[in-house]
Amino acid sequence: MSALSSIPVRVQSVSHGTANCGNAVPILHEVRHALERLIATGEGTQIDLNAIPFGPEDEAHLLAVLGVGEVRATIDALGPTHVQETAIPGVWLIDYRITEDQRLALHLDIGDIPEILRTQRQDLDTALTTLDARLTRAQGGAQFES
Amino acid sequence: MTTTKHRVGEHLRDQGVSRRAFLKFCTASASLMALPPGLIPAMAAALEQARRPSVIWLSFQECTGCTESLTRSHAPTVEDLILEMISLDYHHTLQAAAGEAAEAAREQAMKDNFGKYLLIVDGSLPGPDANPGYSTIAGVSNYAMLMEAVEGAAAVIAVGTCAAFGGLPEAAPNPTGAVAVMDLIKNKPLVNVSGCPPVPMVITGVLAHYLAFGRLPERDAYHRPLAFFGQSIHDRCYRRPFYDKGLFAETFDDEGARAGWCLYRLGCKGPSTYNACATMRWNAGTSWPIEAGHPCLGCSEPRFWDAGSFYAPLSVPTDLSSSRILTAGAAGALVGGTVATLARRTVATAATSRQPVTADELEQTL
Repeated sequence: MSALSSIPVRVQSVSHGTANCGNAVPILHEVRHALERLIATGEGTQIDLNAIPFGPEDEAHLLAVLGVGEVRATIDALGPTHVQETAIPGVWLIDYRITEDQRLALHLDIGDIPEILRTQRQDLDTALTTLDARLTRAQGGAQFES
Repeated sequence: MTTTKHRVGEHLRDQGVSRRAFLKFCTASASLMALPPGLIPAMAAALEQARRPSVIWLSFQECTGCTESLTRSHAPTVEDLILEMISLDYHHTLQAAAGEAAEAAREQAMKDNFGKYLLIVDGSLPGPDANPGYSTIAGVSNYAMLMEAVEGAAAVIAVGTCAAFGGLPEAAPNPTGAVAVMDLIKNKPLVNVSGCPPVPMVITGVLAHYLAFGRLPERDAYHRPLAFFGQSIHDRCYRRPFYDKGLFAETFDDEGARAGWCLYRLGCKGPSTYNACATMRWNAGTSWPIEAGHPCLGCSEPRFWDAGSFYAPLSVPTDLSSSRILTAGAAGALVGGTVATLARRTVATAATSRQPVTADELEQTL
């Protein structure tokens, strides 16, 4: 929606400390419960932040508290998906976007590693075929893009 | 616009959609349907095996806002994929064919997919006792076309408040004798996706649910999908903490309005309105009316046009000023009781008769 973003109007944020962040704090406590569960049983949890009635400052507050961790990855499938481990190990932020950079969904994933980062079994089924085809082409002197 | 026997998974793989992309699509769809993220693997398995249904879309007394809403859906890729998953065999605004060719496509699709196609309707229609000439397509009355199309439908989706509840055409004095789709169809599974227009992701969410699970989602008393209409705007509103603290905007430009306080006293219908705007928002998730500083109009509720002023607080009768009520309250319980009786009568009257609001009255209310 490049046309929308080109409109020269910006939302003026009124800062009241955490007064407008009434819904971020309960989510942070939910994350804490999920972390306890992960540590105790290994069970992961996903939280769909789109389903939470966030105000203009809630998301920023939530992300500020979680911070930025060591791992960052981008998946290029149906547009970019940005995966970022937060400063809390085991708490991942997954930002699903389409090619025009509009957000599809925003998830918190509490677990060892988000499922979308793993190689998918169905894609593995075609892995050998793809590699064999490339080997054949390589032997024929074909050039490959990196 | 041809129906194929492909299953959705097959079809998407043929289109070069990778497994990760498919999972991403399922994540977006689950988010649309307000399903817990833990259900995404089950949903992916179900969607892979789903067959692409034929869809017939009928537009009656409507403004095309509902179709605009769907085609401006927040994520063109997801919308494209959902539209890839159905076979849209008739939609007289979107399809290339026109006139007799368009009607022939509708009749052919209905014949080929009898008993299995999905019927989507936007707009209300003149009822069986009304003059059919108020709205016709290719010389056929809306009523006759609906009744013919519903015969072979597996399920019916009424899109928009006009189709769901009659909407603007049905507002008093209802010159065309407009009725809602559910007033006429009693023997088919039906879901109402109300809103003026409906939230686009709710339309695609209902379609995705039908595709994934082969049936319509659970519904409330008005046949609206509970996943999207299960909670009031008020309960999901990010301004709700201000309501709980008693912090209200009293005018559109006072300190409370600038600070983002609750809009209840400016006529917000959030407490009596059920919809998904508070979480799904509009324009690519940019904002929604209350975040933009305007009270909810209650557009997804029956007869919202005829329920009094958009700017009168819910619990205050539309023709009683706050000063009159305060005076009555100060005069004692007897007078207060009289006001309450008068208020009940006024609200009842407001619900059944249209009450135009002038700029002067608006000034007084605010």
